[in-house]
Amino acid sequence: MDKVIIAQNLSLSYKEFETIISKASFSIDTGSFVFITGASGSGKSTLLKSFYGAIEPKQGQLSVGGVNMNRISTSKLNFLRRHIGIVFQDYKLIKEWTIEKNVMLPLIISGYTSDVSGSQVQKLLGHVKLIHQAGKYPLELSGGEQQRVAMARALAHNPILILADEPTGNLDEYSSSVIWSLLEGANTQLKTTVVVVTHHIPEQLNIPYKHYHIDAGNINEIA
Amino acid sequence: MKSLKNHISLIIALFTVLASVQIYVAVDRTIAAYETRLKDDYSVIVVANKAFTTEELKSMSSMIERSEPISTTQVLDRLKGEMSQKNLDLLRLTLPKFYRIYLNRYPSPKEINNLQRLLQRNPTIERVEGFAQTHDTIYKLMLLFKNVVQVFSLAIAAVTSLLILKEMRLWQFQHAERMSIMALFGAPVWLRSAVLFRLAIVDAIIATFILCLAFFLIDYYGFLITQLKAIGISVQLFNFVDDALRSLGIALGISVALTFMIVIFPNEED
Repeated sequence: MDKVIIAQNLSLSYKEFETIISKASFSIDTGSFVFITGASGSGKSTLLKSFYGAIEPKQGQLSVGGVNMNRISTSKLNFLRRHIGIVFQDYKLIKEWTIEKNVMLPLIISGYTSDVSGSQVQKLLGHVKLIHQAGKYPLELSGGEQQRVAMARALAHNPILILADEPTGNLDEYSSSVIWSLLEGANTQLKTTVVVVTHHIPEQLNIPYKHYHIDAGNINEIA
Repeated sequence: MKSLKNHISLIIALFTVLASVQIYVAVDRTIAAYETRLKDDYSVIVVANKAFTTEELKSMSSMIERSEPISTTQVLDRLKGEMSQKNLDLLRLTLPKFYRIYLNRYPSPKEINNLQRLLQRNPTIERVEGFAQTHDTIYKLMLLFKNVVQVFSLAIAAVTSLLILKEMRLWQFQHAERMSIMALFGAPVWLRSAVLFRLAIVDAIIATFILCLAFFLIDYYGFLITQLKAIGISVQLFNFVDDALRSLGIALGISVALTFMIVIFPNEED
């Protein structure tokens, strides 16, 4: 099976003498659903950041979507990011833009025409049950609604890989179920690889998944 | 409100640069007009043993526009009571020819010296008076004025450019969150910074418009034009096509170049 992420002896750190992930080797199959769990401060989010190039490997090799992340050029990184959908715990919505335009962001960046992006955004806002909120601004919505917008944005450009950092961390039950069903749908219907960093794996998930656990800088696969 | 304040800061800074450039241009034009006036009043006196036609004098230097003989009758008439007619006739015959030579431009002191030398090479020309001393003082005063305005304009342009740079860093800081989110989705630098370029372009257009309006009002109320006319100078301080286009070019050039600078060389803290 093809691998979308390959790490070999990967070490990550923010400071020179403080290693967060130490010599980890693992791979993630294309089209799989993966959970990464671990205690607070274990390095889950740091690992996820390395997948979208926000942090460079300190040692070892990391390849995402066939792109070598070691000393990656800005243009290559931009190209890779245009094929990844990211969901953040703090949503990272542009507060000066309407919900509709926020969802449209990846399509604007990829250069889609307004006709194509407009219909795609309408469809996605329908999926996240926010079609009636399209003209509002992020700060006018609840946290759950904002995360659903962020989810719609992550799916807008049909990415090959979705990276989600605690996507339901602070959400109500309804918003959480919408997020999980969208991630599940993207994985089963669109064959998108989904990597989720979380504290708890939801019980309602009906798909096979892989589970990695980070402990003391080591990544172990949980059977 | 904060955004409006930032816009006004940049517009005022750009307007100041444009105004200083336009003032320099207007001073340059005024001095050029004054030079023309001086040129019309200025002439070189030539004393020669033989009569010259204008064409003969013009062939000696390309600077000579025209010449006119200075009549000696008035001088001789004054001597009528003091000398006999015979002596007066003799004096009339031996008296050299005087010419007033007008030039086609206002000469620099060096050009006057060169012209004097050139004319004096002709053996029949006895003396050339360029009034270089008086002329030199006026000319140097004019150049000094022009240079002071130039230095002043350059200093204003430099200081305000730094202010614009600071202002744009503030914009960059204000839009940093949006730009970083766009970067996470792979937006290239130009797309992330499009908002900064758009603001810079809009403010450049507004600053140019305000400059045009200011000079239109100066022109309309005519207080400067009247003062200049009083000293015999007629000059267009602001050309609403050429000057407006040049000002727009400068405003766009400065704002876009400085935006490029902060996009390409972001602050270390960013």
